[in-house]
Amino acid sequence: MDFVSSPDGPPRRRTSAKIVVAGGFGVGKTTLVSAVSEIPPVNTEAWMTQASKTIDPLSAADDKTTTTVAMDFGRITLARHLVLYLFGTPGQARFWPMWDDLCRGASGALVLVDSRRLDVSFPAINYFENDSDVPFIIVVNLFDGVQTHSLEDIRDALELSGQVPLIAADARDRRSVIDSLTATLTHTMEVTAPGNRDAVTAR
Amino acid sequence: MTANPWLRPYVLTGGRTGTQQHLLVHTLVGVENYDAAFAARLLPEAQALYERAYAATESVAELSAHCGVSLGVTRVLLGDLAASNRILIYPETYDSPYDPSLLKEVIHGLRELA
Repeated sequence: MDFVSSPDGPPRRRTSAKIVVAGGFGVGKTTLVSAVSEIPPVNTEAWMTQASKTIDPLSAADDKTTTTVAMDFGRITLARHLVLYLFGTPGQARFWPMWDDLCRGASGALVLVDSRRLDVSFPAINYFENDSDVPFIIVVNLFDGVQTHSLEDIRDALELSGQVPLIAADARDRRSVIDSLTATLTHTMEVTAPGNRDAVTAR
Repeated sequence: MTANPWLRPYVLTGGRTGTQQHLLVHTLVGVENYDAAFAARLLPEAQALYERAYAATESVAELSAHCGVSLGVTRVLLGDLAASNRILIYPETYDSPYDPSLLKEVIHGLRELA
């Protein structure tokens, strides 16, 4: 047998971390991922087409492992040994079970909202409030760079608990997105710090 | 290369839907010792995954997307390759995704980018 060493170099410590990007349809999840990803976000439509070719959605054998996901994800190499992945949640209701899969092992979640259409992000907020232990923050996407409502008004409208951070960001702007990701992980550090009354543990 | 549209997923996986391996969507997979003769004997889907992981260490989701193999099938096929030590599934370095040193490292990396 001929063995050839990987061109990728010898094995070493390599770590990947993950942040989930959630929110309703059209709130800017793909835009946000694109703003920072070093790879083009994987084309959801292509993946869907592939899925519809290989998987019959009406099949009785269509269980969790044969469900194909439709989602965008991006990659940011932070160091030779450290990669951060951003996974956008599939918006369609029929992909709901995939959220648990995507959230497993996530370091935090960022729920994106459009202040003009808060309702489309309600299901995502409900998911992280009730069905997941992953710490999350809410990010108001400033479409056209304009803040149309005060953050306090948005917090009230979303009926958010005071512990959930709410910030504004421009999903098209790389710097702004990086700040949002940093805020997401900073929140995770705070809520998971030893001694925090509401500390959560990974599932 | 794309998956054969006429093959049902369970044919590719021999009816299996799970694996022994802990494969999250962002788990990194690589190939340390590429074996061309071994690759030539694999089914097209497994071959594509094996060759892609050899070209660059990538996450399970990237391998799935780039090879056009659904996530569930990708997990089973990668599990087989790992069981026979053909691929390396990078173990999680930290006990928890909330490990403060991991979070600090990622935050530091992001700030460097900004």
